[in-house]
Amino acid sequence: MSGVTVFGLCAAAAVGLGLYGLITNPQPLRKIIAFNLLGSGVFLLFGVVGRRGAAAGMGNDPVPQALVITGVVVAFSATALAIALLLRLFQTSASVARSGRASPGDDPDQVGG
Amino acid sequence: MLPPAPALDAATTPSGFLLVLSIAIPIAGVLLAFVLGDRYVRLVAFAMVPLELAITVTIVAAVPHSTGPLVYLLGAWPPPLGVALRVDGLAAVMLAATAVVISAVAVYAGAEFSVTTTKARAPFVFWILLLAVWAALNAIFVGGDLFTLYVALELLTFAAVPLVSLDGRPETLRAAIRYLLFALLGSVLYLLGTALLYGLHATLDIVLLSHRIGAEPASLVAAALMTSGLLAKTALFPLHLWLPPAHAGAPAAGSAILSGLVVKGSFFIIVRLWFQVMPGLPGFAATQLLAALGAAAIVFGSVLALRQERLKLLIAYSTLAQIGYLFLMFPLAFNGSGHLESGGALAGGLLQAASHATAKAAMFMAAGSIYAGLGHDRITGLGGIARVLPLSVLAFAFAGIALIGVQPSGASLAKDLLLQAATERQQWWWAVVLQAGGVFTAAYVLLVLAHALAPPDKPVVLTGPAPRLGDVAALVLALCSLLLGLVPWEPYLPVPYISPPDLSGLGTLSKSLLPVLGGVVLAILLSPRPHPFASSVRWKVAIGMLNRFRRGCCAFSSYVERGNGVLCEWPAASTCLLMLALLFSVLMLVAA
Repeated sequence: MSGVTVFGLCAAAAVGLGLYGLITNPQPLRKIIAFNLLGSGVFLLFGVVGRRGAAAGMGNDPVPQALVITGVVVAFSATALAIALLLRLFQTSASVARSGRASPGDDPDQVGG
Repeated sequence: MLPPAPALDAATTPSGFLLVLSIAIPIAGVLLAFVLGDRYVRLVAFAMVPLELAITVTIVAAVPHSTGPLVYLLGAWPPPLGVALRVDGLAAVMLAATAVVISAVAVYAGAEFSVTTTKARAPFVFWILLLAVWAALNAIFVGGDLFTLYVALELLTFAAVPLVSLDGRPETLRAAIRYLLFALLGSVLYLLGTALLYGLHATLDIVLLSHRIGAEPASLVAAALMTSGLLAKTALFPLHLWLPPAHAGAPAAGSAILSGLVVKGSFFIIVRLWFQVMPGLPGFAATQLLAALGAAAIVFGSVLALRQERLKLLIAYSTLAQIGYLFLMFPLAFNGSGHLESGGALAGGLLQAASHATAKAAMFMAAGSIYAGLGHDRITGLGGIARVLPLSVLAFAFAGIALIGVQPSGASLAKDLLLQAATERQQWWWAVVLQAGGVFTAAYVLLVLAHALAPPDKPVVLTGPAPRLGDVAALVLALCSLLLGLVPWEPYLPVPYISPPDLSGLGTLSKSLLPVLGGVVLAILLSPRPHPFASSVRWKVAIGMLNRFRRGCCAFSSYVERGNGVLCEWPAASTCLLMLALLFSVLMLVAA
């Protein structure tokens, strides 16, 4: 089993775990963490893709690395924005501060259409 | 060896630098606003909006004179090494629609978000986000590379999400978090697709990729992942859990941008992906699935819109239905040789997008004026509003008429184009859906107008002054949408010849009257609230018969509402997203 395959499988596992967490966790903070795991899996996949350039005798393909760096910045800003919104929600509604243990009705995913 | 880039992109076209300016000017405005601070932010925005409008006009005017699309190669590097910006006819139409809507919203918001009237940070943030949304949308329309589109899409989401929670109330913050998280799930799927495509073809440039892509299983899976990710951001049924709370909770000017423009960003990328990157790959079944989701969105959105008690929620659900309408073009563009053809159906879809952008923004602005005037927006409490706020109601009515597809509105031309395509492709079932969509639209527009024109129970007292300038902006926008059918579209869109609108003919009259009459019937049948005829003695026999039928319809619509409640749960919606990705992959693999 080559290194590329191992990393590819790791990427698939991270994506799978992230998707599972994002779908099943009711708490917003856990969803944000799951999103980061999912994103890491995708970035790892980009790394694997870049590594394939080595097989073509190019050393390493630099484009996926550039894409990953951009992607990391985007994911970082997304996380920062989500956390900022969540913190504001904690500040503005006192009830939400207890939502980790108490009523699930305070979660954003419970807001009805 | 990589094949050489097509000659088309070998160099920047003469007016190509305008494409960079169209993105750079709003971003410069954002930075300048941060430097100058609260007091000058509105001034900066008012300086940037005309400048950007002028750039857009220049670009749109330059497109017909250019032989191919306008191209700018960043750093003069041709793809696949560099990144190209391109504007073709489709992009020009969307750029123009965006510029018109944002300018009107800026005029409308001029009074609401002037810094002196409120102490909060909302005005400062609003103007910055307005410019940021504009930059992100322009980047989506001119971006010629799937990864550039990803970054632009994320910028758009980051600019749109805070618009939802401008007033900082807990429920809008919840709506914003939910919107952000679901959008992030969608964009990760899109990014996963881009990674797979890059791994296979070593380029993400749209033109290059369209030459290299074939029916490899991995390409099809990537396309399915990207499509479903983008559908989540466009809020196509059943992935709409975030849209109604987000669009109804935002301030009116924000809702106008979110509903009119932001959902069109991801829609436009789907169009690029299906029509330009892989026109030969999706296959018949996948296009049918996409339009079937659209048809379901029309039924769900319209039925739910008729059951809403608040005007802004009604408009938000109407957006849900209209998004469904946009996806009806995909099967109609599918020609005999198994390709998605950039013909009349594509033109119809894009026109529908542009006319919905203008009309829906006008509707939200009018609803905002009504909310500001009355202090509430309960539909049953709208009686007499037409006398005190005539301009707002007129703007709403014009926008509604434009959406229903009365000639010469853009929606009517779009409907003609799509119907023509349905006849050519012999897919009569989509013609039925198209007509039903118009009837449903008429139903909820007429429901609101009937309440607004009804005599008041008690004299209407306005809580605030009527925003004259804002109403005029909404009215102009609604008129734009109403007159879009008269614009010569040939230089931009592949419009086949359609007989010019004949405004006096009997056929035209019946074509406009039928949806309206159907709409009246639907509004009476599906709205759970008492209708104006219920107490009339003259129609007693008819009402008695009607009521029996109506009870059945109400049961149906309450089932729809319950089903919607289930679909709007997070686990259900995100599972739907994954199922759709799976379904699209399977359908495309079978077709290949």
